[in-house]
Amino acid sequence: MALNPTTDASFATDVLQSDLPVVVDFWAEWCAPCKKIDPLLEEISKEMAGKLKIVSLDIDHNPNTVREQGVLSAPTLKVFKNGEPVAEIVGAKPKSVLVEKFEAALR
Amino acid sequence: MSDVRNLIIVGSGPAGYTAAVYAARANLKPLVIEGAQSGGALMTTTDVENFPGFPDGILGPDLMDNMRKQAERFGAEFITDDATRVELGGDVKRVWIGETEYLGDAVILSTGSAWRPLGVPGEQELLGHGVSSCATCDGFFFRDQHIVVVGGGDSAMEEATFLTKFAETVTIIHRRDEFRASKIMQERALQNPKIKVEWDTVVTKVLGDGKVEGVAVRNVKTGEERTLDVTGLFVAIGHDPRSELFRDQVTADPDGYVQVEAPSSRTNLPGVFAAGDLVDHTYRQAVTAAGTGCVAALDAERYLASLH
Repeated sequence: MALNPTTDASFATDVLQSDLPVVVDFWAEWCAPCKKIDPLLEEISKEMAGKLKIVSLDIDHNPNTVREQGVLSAPTLKVFKNGEPVAEIVGAKPKSVLVEKFEAALR
Repeated sequence: MSDVRNLIIVGSGPAGYTAAVYAARANLKPLVIEGAQSGGALMTTTDVENFPGFPDGILGPDLMDNMRKQAERFGAEFITDDATRVELGGDVKRVWIGETEYLGDAVILSTGSAWRPLGVPGEQELLGHGVSSCATCDGFFFRDQHIVVVGGGDSAMEEATFLTKFAETVTIIHRRDEFRASKIMQERALQNPKIKVEWDTVVTKVLGDGKVEGVAVRNVKTGEERTLDVTGLFVAIGHDPRSELFRDQVTADPDGYVQVEAPSSRTNLPGVFAAGDLVDHTYRQAVTAAGTGCVAALDAERYLASLH
C-alpha cells in the first residue's frame, strides 16, 4: 500500500544521499488522514517522476528517523534536497497544495 | 464548457455521504467534491458509540468509509480535493477546483466545520510540533510524556481519555469551573487516574522553539500565572462552520452557519441546499448530520424534478 517504503536502516541511502529531491511521507496504519493522501501521493509521484521521488516511512517501525527528524504529527511530509530538509507539510492537504509546495521546494 | 450534472455535493462527512447515498439511489449520479480532508471530523475520532445500528461502536473512519462505499455502489462519483470557488446564484451552479469547472443544476453544501485554534502566541508556529488538533493522529508521539488538552466539551473529554493510552499525565485546561461535556464522557475522563483538571484556567502562550516546551496559563479567577512543563498541547475548544467559500452568496448567521428553511434544507438560493455541521450549531452529531444530508438529497431531488 505505502509508496516506496524506506526504513531507519535505509533512510540515509534512500533520502539523505539521493541525487533527486525526496519527499518522505511519515505515515502510520492508525492514521486515517494518512490514508487519504496515499492516492494523491501516488498520482504526484507519477506526474513528477524524474523531478522528485516520494518515499514513505512507517512511523511505528522506524522510531529513530521519526525522532531525528522531529516528527510529532501524522501525516507529516518532508522534502529533502541534497540531504537537507527544505520544506514540511503537516496534515492532509489537497493535491493542488501538495504539488505547489513540492514545486516550490524544487526551485 | 463541461456537461451540466444534476447534482454536485460540496463536502463529505455523514451529511455529504448520506446525501450522496440518497441522490445516487435516485439515479441523480451526484458528483461529490469531498475535500482533501474527506470524511470530515469523524476521520479523526476513534470509537463512535452513539451511531444507531452499531451496538459495539464503530470507528469514525470506518463509518465514513462505509457510507462512501454505499454511495459509490449506487453510482456517486468522488473527487478528493477542495472546491476553491463557487457561483451559486444562476440557474446552473458553477463549482471550481482550481481551474477545472463543474456545472450542476443543484448543489448541496456540506462542508462541515473546521478546528478552532486558541489564537495564542506560539500556537501556529508549533502546530504539528507539539501543538495538535488531532489526538488520534498525534497521540502516539507523546508516549510517557506530560501533555495538556484544552477544552470542556465531548471532544476534549474524548481526546483526553484517548491520550492516556500514550501520555504519562494528561491535564485538561478549562476556562470555567464545570465541563459542558455529556455526563458519560466527563465521568470517563474524571475517573481516569492519569487525568487531572486545571479549572478556571486559560492558555496564554505556547512556549518552545521548534517544539513545545511548556504552556503559560492564567487562572481567570485568581489571576495567578504559571508555566506548565509539558511537551504536547491538544486543542479541543470547538469548531467553526466552513462557510468562507460561499458566505457572500448564501445567507449565513453571524457565526457563519448557513441558514436553511428548517425543517427543509433550502438556503436563500433556489437549487442550493445545505446540511450537516455547516448549518447546525446545536446538535452537531454524526446521526443528525446524516439526517440533514438525507433531507438535502430529497429536497434536491424534488427541486430537480420541478425543473424538467
